[in-house]
Formats: sequence, structure tokens, C-alpha cells
Amino acid sequence: MREIDALTITNTVKKLCIEANCHLSCDIKNCISACAENEPWPTAKDILNQIIENYEIADRENLPICQDTGVACVFLEIGQDVHINGNLNDAINEGVRQGYSGGFLRKSVVRDPLDRVNTGDNTPAMIYYEIVSGDKIKITVAPKGFGSENMSAIAMLRPSDGIAGVKDFILKTVREAGPNPCPPIVVGVGIGGTFDKAAYLAKKALLRPIDLPNATPFYADLEKELLEKINALGIGPQGFGGQTTALAVNIEHFPTHIAGLPVAVNINCHVTRHKTEVI
Amino acid sequence: MTIKIHTPLTREKVKELKVGDSCLITGTIYTARDAAHKRLKELIDNDKPLPIDIENSTIYFVGPTPSKSGQVIGSAGPTTSYRMDDYSPDLIKLGQTGMIGKGKRNGAVIDAIKTYGAVYFGAIGGCGALLSKCIKKCKVVAYPDLGAEAIHKLEVEDFPVVVVIDSHGNNLYEIGPKNYLTQNKAE
Ligand code: SF4
Repeated sequence: MREIDALTITNTVKKLCIEANCHLSCDIKNCISACAENEPWPTAKDILNQIIENYEIADRENLPICQDTGVACVFLEIGQDVHINGNLNDAINEGVRQGYSGGFLRKSVVRDPLDRVNTGDNTPAMIYYEIVSGDKIKITVAPKGFGSENMSAIAMLRPSDGIAGVKDFILKTVREAGPNPCPPIVVGVGIGGTFDKAAYLAKKALLRPIDLPNATPFYADLEKELLEKINALGIGPQGFGGQTTALAVNIEHFPTHIAGLPVAVNINCHVTRHKTEVI
Repeated sequence: MTIKIHTPLTREKVKELKVGDSCLITGTIYTARDAAHKRLKELIDNDKPLPIDIENSTIYFVGPTPSKSGQVIGSAGPTTSYRMDDYSPDLIKLGQTGMIGKGKRNGAVIDAIKTYGAVYFGAIGGCGALLSKCIKKCKVVAYPDLGAEAIHKLEVEDFPVVVVIDSHGNNLYEIGPKNYLTQNKAE
């Protein structure tokens, strides 16, 4: 049994909150540059170039890429041979608290969805635990903005709706979102499981680097086909028209019930942020 | 072509702006998001005076990140505007002429834009670091308890926006993609 101190968790979460918010990962940057290069529509190209300038400023000056520094989604893969000294939930929330205040990040969490009083420190985090084998902990912090979160949707399709129904629902969700989620977007899709599992898979899909297709060829092809279809909609960067509506479609799938075909679409913006560390 | 405009935005200036125009705004603008709009609406409903001069004003839908020492403001890009749709028509009726945000507006806002002569600008969502460079002064003028959601008075210089809905109701979110698709098919 390996012992890990709660303080190590706090310090790691703190660091990841700040890094994720100020420095976009290479897969996203490379994709945006390539899209800017290939974009045929002048206004769209101009917007993509400003998006590049923005993340370069953020990198250089350690500034948040976007003012919506999100709700902190924290994913942990905990090795079953690890023992944590201290309260794990508290340690994570303390990391978020320190990261958001020390990193000059915006506090965007309200304590109750109806009375809407800001908690003032961006806690609580949305925490997702998974137990895996081994004696390490993998922590990923993914700040999630709500401009794109609000455009997400879930459908409990019938098995007879099949793949055509799945594609239609994804395209409909992106079309209806239009300019709202700050396109170009990254589309996270969860297919299968239960109502909540599909939504979780869609969120988890957003953690996968966008240059890494689904490991199953069938789903990798579906990702590619959907990306082409989305980029043929013409929405374009910021919804002003153009080729670059989405940077990627990432799909995760899971077994499901004989009676069901859940599909969840979690939309993320071009500021798709996540940073990981293994301790 | 890029048009330089100065606030306050009079109705005459607003009328000259056409959908799709790229503009650089210089002058005073105010910030407000959901919570501040809700309070402004409550004042209007109770016939009380507003904490800002609404005549010919421009409101930027933004909640910036906190500024580090030496910074005027933190990252400050637009938030999604439809959440202000229940509030904007009343403010436009009272004299507000400019809105800066991102994303779609509803029919009631577009009607108010046409009836009273206002304009809806889009700033690039997700470019808060870049846009903060155009903000030269920043002061909280109302609701400091709301933190990032307080009303700030900003002095901006060459702040880049695009006319998304002009005073005739022409909408770039409809026209832009359509033009792109027609052109693309023609080629
Ligand atoms: S949707 Fe993304 S880019 Fe747009 S404001 Fe929210 S976090 Fe920023």
C-alpha cells in the first residue's frame, strides 16, 4: 500500500487549475493553426488568426485564455493500492480554492442553483472518481465553460433509430447551438450506458487529445464522418460563416440495455482545456 | 473595411452601421451580465433611477477575471448574450443603443433593436486575453458585491467587434453562413 498525503493532491490540483486555464494544449493549438491555414472564407480565417494571437498572449503572459475559467471538473484515476492520508474531497476542493485565487481566475460557482449566491472560491469542484489497478493517482483538471456546456444535450433514442438517429441528433445539437458555444467547437459524444453514463462519457470524451481517434476503427470512422458533416453546415468560427465549425468529434461508447440507445453531446469551445499529472 | 466608432453611440451613428461591418470602438462602455441585468430590470419595474447613464450607452456582456497587480483588467471576452434577452428590450427602450456579446438573440430583442434603433455587436468569444489589451481603464460603478458580475465602467480603445444585428434587423448569424455556403457551392 502506497501512502499519498492529501497535501500533495491539493498542490497538484492547484497547479493544474492554473496551467489548464492559461496554456492550451498542443493538439488544440496545432488543429487551430491547420484550420486557419485551410479556411477559405476570409472573415473566418481572420477570426482563427485572432484566436491564435489570443492563446499566444495567454501563454506569454500567463493570462487566462478565456474569462470564463469554468467550473473545475476534476477526474481522478486512483490506483487501488494507494492510501490517502487526509480527506480526499477536501484536498481537491482546497486545490481548486488556492488555484482560482492564486491564479487570478474567475470564480463562477453559485452555492445553490436557485438562490444563486457565489461561493467566492469556485468550489465545489465537479469530481469524478475511477478506481484502477496500481499504486498511482492520475489527476486531470478540465475547467469547463458554460457557454458551451449550456448547448449540450442528451437523447434517449430507440434502438431502431440506429446509427442514422445518432448522427441526426448530434448534427441537430450542433446546428441549434450555432454561434453560442464560441465555435470552432470540440464535440464530445457518449453513446450507450444509462442516462447519466452517456453524459459522463460525453464529458470524458473531451479529455482525449483531438489528434487521437477512437481506438475502435468503426467509431474512429464515425468521428471523421461527423466532423466532415458538421463542417459542411457552414456555421463557421463565431457563427459568422465558414468551414471551421468544429475542430474534432470525440466519441466514447459503452454497452447498454436491450431497450435503449442513449446519446449525449457535450459541446466544448475552442478553449478546450485539460491538464493531467500522475503522482 | 474597418469602421472606427466612438461612444456614446447616437441613433444616427447606429443607423449607419450595416450587418457584417468590422468596427473598432473607442470610448466609454459598461459591463453587465445576468445578475446586474436582473437588478437593473428590478429598478426599471419599480420606476427607480438606474446607476448608469443609459442614454446612448453601450453594454458589454462580460465578467472579467480578476486583474493581477499592474493590470487594468483580467481576461475579458464576451459571454453568451441570450441570457440577457429578458432584460435588453427594456434597456433599449430607455435609450441603450449598443450591446456587445456573442451568440443568438430572440425575437423580442431584435424587435426592440429595430423599433428604437440599436445595434448588437459580436466580439470574439474565447479571446479574453487579446480583448483585455484594448481596455485602458476599468472602474466598478455599481453592485460591487457581485464581484466579476458588478457593473464596470470601461474606457476602451479600438475594441474589435463585428455588427451581428444591425438597426434594420439584418442578422449575421443567418446571412454569414448562407453567403459562405452559396459561394462554396458555386466554386
Ligand atoms: S464557451 Fe468557451 S470560449 Fe466561449 S466564453 Fe465560454 S469558456 Fe470561453
